Amino acid sequence: MKDFGELILALDATTKTNDKLDSMVAFLNSATDADKLWFVALLSGKRPKRPVKTSLLREWAAEVSGIPLWLLEESYHVVGDLAETVALILPEVTETSDKSLDDRMQDLLHLKTLEEEEVKAYMLSAWAEMNKTERFVFNKLITGGFRIGVSQKLIVRALARNLGEEENLIAHRLMGDWSPQNTTFEKLLVEPDENENLSRPYPFYLAYPLEETPSNLGDIDEWQIEYKWDGIRGQLILRDGEIFVWSRGEELVTERFPELEKLKDFLPTDCVIDGEIMGYKDGFPLTFNHLQTRIGRKKVSKKIMADSPVVMIAYDLLEKDGKDLRETSMEVRRELLEGIVKKTAADTLLISEKIEPKTWEKAAELREKSREVLSEGLMLKRKNSTYKVGRKRGDWWKWKVDPMSIDAVMIYAMRGHGRRANLYSDYTFAVWKGEELVPFAKAYSGLTDKEMQSVDQFVKKNTIERFGPVRSVKPELVFEIGFEGIAPSTRHKSGIALRFPRILRRREDKKPEEANTLEDLKGILKLYNT
Amino acid sequence: MRLIEFTDKGLYCPQGDFFIDPWRPVDKAVITHAHADHSKWGMKSYLTHQKSIPIMRHRLGEINVAGLEYGEERSLNGVKVSLFPAGHIPGSAQVRIEYKGEVWVITGDYKLIDDGVSTPFEPVKCHSLVTESTFGLPVYKWKPQREVFSEMNQWWRENREQGLASVILGYSLGKAQRILCSIDPGIGPILLHGAIHNSNLALKESGLVLPETELITKDTPKEKYRGALIIAPPSAFGSPWMKKLKPYKVGTASGWMSLRGARRRRNVDKGFVLSDHADWNELNQAVEASEAEKVYVTHGYTNIFSNWLKSQGIDAEPVVTEYEGELSEIGEGTNQEKESE
Repeated sequence: MKDFGELILALDATTKTNDKLDSMVAFLNSATDADKLWFVALLSGKRPKRPVKTSLLREWAAEVSGIPLWLLEESYHVVGDLAETVALILPEVTETSDKSLDDRMQDLLHLKTLEEEEVKAYMLSAWAEMNKTERFVFNKLITGGFRIGVSQKLIVRALARNLGEEENLIAHRLMGDWSPQNTTFEKLLVEPDENENLSRPYPFYLAYPLEETPSNLGDIDEWQIEYKWDGIRGQLILRDGEIFVWSRGEELVTERFPELEKLKDFLPTDCVIDGEIMGYKDGFPLTFNHLQTRIGRKKVSKKIMADSPVVMIAYDLLEKDGKDLRETSMEVRRELLEGIVKKTAADTLLISEKIEPKTWEKAAELREKSREVLSEGLMLKRKNSTYKVGRKRGDWWKWKVDPMSIDAVMIYAMRGHGRRANLYSDYTFAVWKGEELVPFAKAYSGLTDKEMQSVDQFVKKNTIERFGPVRSVKPELVFEIGFEGIAPSTRHKSGIALRFPRILRRREDKKPEEANTLEDLKGILKLYNT
Repeated sequence: MRLIEFTDKGLYCPQGDFFIDPWRPVDKAVITHAHADHSKWGMKSYLTHQKSIPIMRHRLGEINVAGLEYGEERSLNGVKVSLFPAGHIPGSAQVRIEYKGEVWVITGDYKLIDDGVSTPFEPVKCHSLVTESTFGLPVYKWKPQREVFSEMNQWWRENREQGLASVILGYSLGKAQRILCSIDPGIGPILLHGAIHNSNLALKESGLVLPETELITKDTPKEKYRGALIIAPPSAFGSPWMKKLKPYKVGTASGWMSLRGARRRRNVDKGFVLSDHADWNELNQAVEASEAEKVYVTHGYTNIFSNWLKSQGIDAEPVVTEYEGELSEIGEGTNQEKESE
């Protein structure tokens, strides 16, 4: 596993995409097929289920390192990564081992069948024969993702270079429900059998956020404009009389949405539709928290389906009569899509209506008011655009409405993870309820590194109490918190739950007593939840 | 008997009426070493190791300073003060104070291994020990120095082959000279940032022997950078001064580089785990060797390290100070060392 360990080290050591790509290709060019397959699986987040509980890892690591468990926990809070903490505290290496990545993964898969004492014996001997890098990587195989800045796109590029194939083709082959246990590198990437690929979705084309004024985009007539819906992006695949629904997270979710499953009988066979899975009732979209009751629930009860029914709002047509349409223009695809949606007798497939403002100013006005129709803003798609792979600039833009915002006081801070380890980077915010500050949101993004460092210094100097990695701090700093949605919640003390809360900016001009109140928040809740 | 009180101006010895490494202006200051967070401006008089004097004068200007050799004793109001090597940087010292048979030792910053430029650490027995804890967690365990320098040599060679400059960031006082004395000068030319060149001049005055280097000036031709090793202070990172060195790779040499998070946050091409502070094992060895009955833990993981000592049966207590350890070496200190001029 040394070569894989060194690859991870190399990927971790640079922020430059080309350097990462070079190391990945070098690894692929010399690795065995079995190791290559694991490489793809692990870096794209297809990790086998955790074979050992982390509480046991902690216990065993502390024991062999001769330190008390609390000291390991404290170290973990500072390092911000359990796999790394364990790799660092373990005693120096005594032996070496030639086991490959595939050997180690097979070992880990086998652990499930062993008794706890046998698992422990395996772990201790494995740790004893690895250097720090290997140990870290090995622990990561057990505890979680690598977070080394390797996107799916980059994996695709590396594989394309290694195999001498088109990137789009590789991306397509990597989609779907495969795992290293049920396929081989050869089968997955070199000789795919079309019959096995009935369920295979296309890689999604994602829009870039529009940051400048749309007047730079040229003539508005060249653009197809729709609302941006706040549901789950999905792909509906009908091939050979079978239907599959994929979420953008590459999860097969067909069974969770019987409303969409029944479309099998209402559509012309062999088509692939890209759209948004949305809560929708009596002719109106529902807020995201309705959809939330459906996510993660494999079996849906009648009651839930009655309370929070879903539809698919169709955006695009990627395949018709078995033919890949992605290289044809948006205009053509749209026309074919409209034809299909119009003809269907089903009430759970709608089309994402085109809105046709005459000018960009008019479009801007519609965007301002988009929240009133429960949309998040506008989508701008160039009429002659092809359907690309991944997030690409130029042809598709999302033009989101500005987030709702509120001024809040920071009351807790927690150390971050990964790049932000050892830095107080995750904060809890509160608003006033009379004399009391009520926490209502956590946020960890939105500040620059420099701002974060200054907040970190504040936290260290103004700590009231420590609870493990969390510190309560003097309620002095005020931040403007932005969010995309708001819903009532029984789980939170404040009685509300926010969608995508994040820090918009620090309000150095405001004193804590000038922050907003819980009443203000409830006002916003009323406004958008009718 | 208490020989040190922890005040808001610094560590104070009431019997001798002097401070050790104070952070506010006082009359009498004993200084452990010349780094900016320990040796501050504004004291009426300074007492320190001989070797620290030229560098303190270079940094603080005309000051009223007296020097001691290691082991030499000076009486301040009847309190016996002497300095012992701390192994942190050239001239760095632990302060031993003795009054009526009671002995306290203040370590300042220290490390146990011999770095090749500083007088190596000597353990001093005492009743009470005031120790730093910059790296007081069991995740900090340094590799032998020769391994780190063989990595550094290797990195320089690879960059040189590609026609790139190799820029290493490290404190201009201590880290820079340590690198200069242990890197393989046969690989190529070594160029210096002005701050490091100036520190070198001051250190040469106190007898340090350094390999041949060249100061980078406005007139240094661009070709000179290709394949060269360039040593610069951490504050140079991202400055216009660095831009003219392009194309280059940049590495940081600091104990913090042993953590992935810190390494990625610093956003350099390479992190070398090289610290002038004691690692976890060294801290524990130093505490043990002092045979102290009571240990006060300053700057670093003060709470955690003192809890650990307590769990080992040693009476320990955390103390709040304004020392920073190595934080400004990765651009995270509050008083940035003014080194870029």
